[in-house]
Amino acid sequence: MPEIRVTPLGAGQDVGRSCILVSIAGKNVMLDCGMHMGFSDDRRFPDFSYITRSGRLTDFLDCVIISHFHLDHCGALPYFSEMVGYDGPIYMTQPTQAICPILLEDYRKIAVDKKGEANFFTSQMIKDCMKKVVAVHLHQTVQVDDELEIKAYYAGHVLGAAMFQIKVGSESVVYTGDYNMTPDRHLGAAWIDKCRPNLLITESTYATTIRDSKRCRERDFLKKVHETVERGGKVLIPVFALGRAQELCILLETFWERMDLKAPIYFSTGLTEKANHYYKLFIPWTNQKIRKTFVQRNMFEFKHIKAFDRAFADSPGPMVVFATPGMLHAGQSLQIFRKWAGNEKNMVIMPGYCVQGTVGHKILSGQRKLEMEGRQVLEVKMQVEYMSFSAHADAKGIMQLVGQAEPENVLLVHGEAKKMEFLKQKIEQEFRVSCYMPANGETVTLPTSPSIPVGISLGLLKREMAQGLLPDAKKPRLLHGTLIMKDSNFRLVSSEQALKELGLAEHQLRFTCRVHLHDTRKEQEMAMRVYSHLKSVLKDHCVQHLPDGSVTVESILVQAAAHSEDPGTKVLLVSWTYQDEELGSYLTSLLKKGLPQAS
Amino acid sequence: MKLYCLSGHPTLPCNVLKFKSTTIMLDCGLDMTSTLNFLPLPLVQSPRLSSLPGWSLKDGNAFLDKELKECSGHVFVDSVPEFCLPETELIDLSTVDVILISNYHCMMALPYITEHTGFTGTVYATEPTVQIGRLLMEELVNFIERVPKAQSASLWKNKDIQRLLPSPLKDAVEVSTWRRCYTMQEVNSALSKIQLVGYSQKIELFGAVQVTPLSSGYALGSSNWIIQSHYEKVSYVSGSSLLTTHPQPMDQASLKNSDVLILTGLTQIPTANPDGMVGEFCSNLALTVRNGGNVLVPCYPSGVIYDLLECLYQYIDSAGLSSIPFYFISPVANSSLEFSQIFAEWLCHNKQTKVYLPEPPFPHAELIQTNKLKHYPSIHGDFSNDFRQPCVVFTGHPSLRFGDVVHFMELWGKSSLNTVIFTEPDFSYLEALAPYQPLAMKCIYCPIDTRLNFIQVSKLLKEVQPLHVVCPEQYTQPPPAQSHRMDLMVDCQPPAMSYRRAEVLALPFKRRYEKIEIMPELADSLVPMEIKPGISLATVSAVLRTKDNKHVLQPPPRPTQPTGGKKRKRASDDIPDCKVLKPLLSGSIPVDQFVQTLEKHGFSDIKVEDTAKGHIVLLQEAETLIQIEEDSTHIICDDDEVLRVRLRDLVLKFLQKF
Repeated sequence: MPEIRVTPLGAGQDVGRSCILVSIAGKNVMLDCGMHMGFSDDRRFPDFSYITRSGRLTDFLDCVIISHFHLDHCGALPYFSEMVGYDGPIYMTQPTQAICPILLEDYRKIAVDKKGEANFFTSQMIKDCMKKVVAVHLHQTVQVDDELEIKAYYAGHVLGAAMFQIKVGSESVVYTGDYNMTPDRHLGAAWIDKCRPNLLITESTYATTIRDSKRCRERDFLKKVHETVERGGKVLIPVFALGRAQELCILLETFWERMDLKAPIYFSTGLTEKANHYYKLFIPWTNQKIRKTFVQRNMFEFKHIKAFDRAFADSPGPMVVFATPGMLHAGQSLQIFRKWAGNEKNMVIMPGYCVQGTVGHKILSGQRKLEMEGRQVLEVKMQVEYMSFSAHADAKGIMQLVGQAEPENVLLVHGEAKKMEFLKQKIEQEFRVSCYMPANGETVTLPTSPSIPVGISLGLLKREMAQGLLPDAKKPRLLHGTLIMKDSNFRLVSSEQALKELGLAEHQLRFTCRVHLHDTRKEQEMAMRVYSHLKSVLKDHCVQHLPDGSVTVESILVQAAAHSEDPGTKVLLVSWTYQDEELGSYLTSLLKKGLPQAS
Repeated sequence: MKLYCLSGHPTLPCNVLKFKSTTIMLDCGLDMTSTLNFLPLPLVQSPRLSSLPGWSLKDGNAFLDKELKECSGHVFVDSVPEFCLPETELIDLSTVDVILISNYHCMMALPYITEHTGFTGTVYATEPTVQIGRLLMEELVNFIERVPKAQSASLWKNKDIQRLLPSPLKDAVEVSTWRRCYTMQEVNSALSKIQLVGYSQKIELFGAVQVTPLSSGYALGSSNWIIQSHYEKVSYVSGSSLLTTHPQPMDQASLKNSDVLILTGLTQIPTANPDGMVGEFCSNLALTVRNGGNVLVPCYPSGVIYDLLECLYQYIDSAGLSSIPFYFISPVANSSLEFSQIFAEWLCHNKQTKVYLPEPPFPHAELIQTNKLKHYPSIHGDFSNDFRQPCVVFTGHPSLRFGDVVHFMELWGKSSLNTVIFTEPDFSYLEALAPYQPLAMKCIYCPIDTRLNFIQVSKLLKEVQPLHVVCPEQYTQPPPAQSHRMDLMVDCQPPAMSYRRAEVLALPFKRRYEKIEIMPELADSLVPMEIKPGISLATVSAVLRTKDNKHVLQPPPRPTQPTGGKKRKRASDDIPDCKVLKPLLSGSIPVDQFVQTLEKHGFSDIKVEDTAKGHIVLLQEAETLIQIEEDSTHIICDDDEVLRVRLRDLVLKFLQKF
């Protein structure tokens, strides 16, 4: 029985370390290869030994697909390909291919240079890993091999984020990665056609949230930033260098311009300008408005936003600083946070989701005394605001996507178990499809029943279609033909053609039944009576009386003859071929009942 | 399958393919060579042009002198320039389902088709094709609209009058169908009907046909198209290039195994080598400028200009031209330069890798940054303040009939220090120059056409091996000017089928098979039987369902149970449906074994008689006779249905069903 098997190695009832194994029609595909921001031990990477304990990964996996450049989706890639060892193709979109190695290098620097981790992947490994990448364009059908094909759809979320359809024959799986169903200030909304996959694997970060309109959130955000700056406070906005940062920069930039504000806005890390440059070069991946106006004004050339210098953190007066990383788990954002946390005039705005175990998650869950390295306790007096600018689909958006794609089954990943449970019920109720939410290492098996494509001879098909146009076409009609199977070539042809192709002669099987009737009339008269009787009973059939005295019903022949011994008995000879058996046999039984008395 | 040929221009094709149940227009080229018959539209009042003498017939009749003007022995129409549209009468264009666009030069007739023929379908094109195509149309509309001309000449088009005119006006075809330029509103409406596609995207048309664009290597986003069903494949090759310039290389492999390959858009200058031309372009440009002259390059706002700027970027410093200003003047100059930098995925590998750094893929960004290249929407405004000579000006339109180029021709034409360098191959440079004669300025002809030449075509055809090739008639014979060059034509076996404007071709292939899906439940019920080594057969009786041009075979319905006892059955319900087909039979019956089988099943009293063609088996007690021959069996018995069915089943044991 063919089946589709799915096993999350990460992101199963969890956010972080996205890595999902899919087996479809004998092909094995790994979806994403992320790291977990909540861990810094072995658990930060997926357990690839699950795939195979002894063999080479390359032999087992047909391809790897990376949905977008966030580290929880690609952070383990160099470890996977260079340290565990995988030489097969890795597919991702071009912006992902451009930006992913930069974030990986950033991640590596923090891990190795700042935290002093040993046995981490090297810069060279990132480069070698990226050499295995094949870029895919939106909607392009990429033939991984003769049977396996993949296709990318726009996912919003971050620059270059894509959803992927994985297809073998008539079986298919769609993996959403992270996506956003509403356009934001720099990206468009995710879209997929009605591709009716056997399975849709969707993220469910905001499985239970229905977010208010984006405009309200933006106004709220601007108000809070404005108020803080007005009272001389400093605003820290921890972000990831690419993605939300650009959206918020566009927002603040236009606000500053409109309100003619003077307080400086800084963007940390040297990555900024480079990051914005990527956005300029990948304009086709942004939203429609930016694409339309970029010639007049490139939205990613900021006038008010300047590069940040470490020394600025201690300068007096109000300022707004975007600093990386977004979950306050390391790096510059954490350093600035420690400096500013003690002052209640200041504010930190968390614009995205924070993984458990990060400082971001702790302060968002209300913790105000944080234990830092060296037993130091940091008291948080600054205001902590959470504002969901994460570009994930909310519950409504997820339902919308399920509606768009019309899958036969849904599988939830990248979310919290409790929230998934709720969404699972909702999907099952609304769409009447099965919904699964496996934990990491747990396998979901879906039996599939793919139909078998064959070639039908056009002659046979046209003959049948023409019959289908007849008035009595409502009755289900049977198409009869012969399937010729030669190697993997399957052809359905008419029986006549099959015989001819194989050089075989037809064997005709004919039946002739003698029906004895007591009747003294002459044979001709008998035949006449048979004719009128059949004519009246078989209204839908072609009944003919031939000049030689015989009667035909379609191709069945009825002849009247004298009985050799008994002159009072006449014999009706009913003759038909095997192909007309039903009618022939029916006629015999009909005639056996005798002819009606002549009126 | 038929091909309706609506354009006679081999590089600006417009064909309609009827394939299965779909009607597909392939490209929508606009023949602009018709504008060469018109007087240029000057941006600034030109005393020379406005004082040209009217033309009169040989007998002195001057009734056409308002419409026709004479310049150095050539006659021109003094009117708003008009374009030669594709045929609109050969086929009802409202029946066209989709239009496939191969590159931005081949979509210029789109507004005429989508806005004025009742067309309700979809247009498919890649994003760069649409964006740059829009720029080309915008430029064209702008060029024509900003020089309003009161006069619209029509008298000369009268068939009886046209006959009296001198060549080439006399020979111009279909002048009655020539049309003025469309408006921006029509352009926008036409472009809104386009759906964007990416290379190797499979697009389903009504479930019957799949179309796929492939990179053709000629221009940003340029494509060839595969049009295929499960069993037939047509390749449409239009404007392809194997040279390494800025676009993504041509995808040749996907063209393999075509039943028919339609070949259009080959190079218009088969004898010129584009690399040599670029070299000549640079040296002539340098020579003129060093001598204190100006260089005028009539060009389109996108395409080869990117490559020329890139060459100059590498060349100007070494040639000591770094102080010479380069001007690019077009209403869409800025947009064109900006757009070129954002289509990374459509560029060649070298340029793509630049984006990863991240750096703009084209070096003209640097030329602009360092002020070596300046761009202006027109000669009015900022340009007049910045204008310094000697200089190099890139501007349109290459026909020299409208656009800012007209101004520079008038301005610089009188001095032999200046040079005009023709790089675009679409217009004959001599005809383009005709209304400017006599001319003192130097004219250099360096046509750069990167499209396939005939050597590359024959290599390509050997590689992809189509069963049949279809191409414009111009490609099946040497060019008229070089009739001895037998190498300058398409050479393939079987010979290419050729088409000309307004012709309908029946394409030479017969469809034999169609894809059908067998439902898994039905597939499980099939009993394959090996007939010959490696060949198995299974008889199929199934219900055919067809929806959206997709065919599915479902298991036959289970015999319906009689519904309730109360309702009286009508007599006709009993009558079997004769359309239920029984399989055909094949094989032969060995008499001895058949008799043994009969005996085993309790028949006794069996007698076998030999006949000329076979045997007769007699069951005397049952008064039954079975005639067995090589290819037939005849059972003759009394009306004993049970007996008959028993005998039938025994006979069938020896036969195979089909």
